[in-house]
Amino acid sequence: MSGLHDEALVDYTLALADDALVSAQRMGWWISRAPQLEEDVALANIGLDQLGQARLLLAHAGEVEGKGRDEDDLAYFRDERDFRNVCLVEREQSDFGVAMARLLIFACWQHELYSALSRSTDPTLAAVAAKAVKETAYHLDHASHWVVRLGDGTDESHRRMQAALDAEWPWRGELFDAAHLDPALVASGVAVDPATLRDPVEGRIGAVVRQATLAVPEVPDAYSRGRSGLHTETMGYLLAEMQSLARAHPGVTW
Amino acid sequence: MSERIEPLWEVFVRARRGLSHVHVGSLHAPDAEMALRNARDVYTRRQEGVSLWVVPASAIAASSPDEKDSFFDPAADKVYRHPTFYDVPEGVQHL
Repeated sequence: MSGLHDEALVDYTLALADDALVSAQRMGWWISRAPQLEEDVALANIGLDQLGQARLLLAHAGEVEGKGRDEDDLAYFRDERDFRNVCLVEREQSDFGVAMARLLIFACWQHELYSALSRSTDPTLAAVAAKAVKETAYHLDHASHWVVRLGDGTDESHRRMQAALDAEWPWRGELFDAAHLDPALVASGVAVDPATLRDPVEGRIGAVVRQATLAVPEVPDAYSRGRSGLHTETMGYLLAEMQSLARAHPGVTW
Repeated sequence: MSERIEPLWEVFVRARRGLSHVHVGSLHAPDAEMALRNARDVYTRRQEGVSLWVVPASAIAASSPDEKDSFFDPAADKVYRHPTFYDVPEGVQHL
């Protein structure tokens, strides 16, 4: 494989890894804060699934890059502009409805992505994806059940679930944007063209939203350029919390 | 959400095919579907099982501690109910 191809593969793998890593960090926030103890454990489990995906992908990116960076170097010693995750996953989510609306969108996208990526011509990406398909199917199931219950619950929960969906929906567009991706990676069967995921993802989410007696929001897309390293204000705080321990004590194990 | 008390569910896990479901604990959930999912997350995250049952705790009729004497003590002196009065022929392995 050519050097250019390798560079594009590193970028692609980092983008998927950072989505999972940053989402895992947000999921971890819910431990001790979810509406019930059982949900604490459920969201922690989901976060740990995502962290596992991120670790495998970061390790793969480091290996292909060939500069001796391991998963910890990539997770803890890159700065904000080097992170390639979509802005959707990094934003604040201290409202449970928002967390479930976002998980519905993100898990549905991840599930479609990994289903297609499990046929990647890159054997490592295919293996990671095959494992993650089962995990994300459960994440999607979990989010769907909550969205339906909150949407089709009381007047108050319906109103707040719709507001949460309205807040998250504009940020989904970046998930389907292929601008960051080298077309050669798609042509060689390594990567999945994210534009092809839009219809199946929005179709599945639409079905859940209708079952929840909610409306699919009709709102313009947000200006979201996380794939280019341009993040929202909260990203710096998120990274500070995630990276401070490893940076204060380089090489520490815990 | 937390102000309203959600129903209690008893959780049963089958560890492997061929074994029976065993009671492992209880949890709160608004309905059976969510109870199953909570049970999956709380009780099978370390590969404890291949099958789950959840049962509304209110659906279980339990013997009362007050009835312990009349329920269980009469069995205490009935040694003839135990299969210990048979001579087992030598070499029989699966009796």
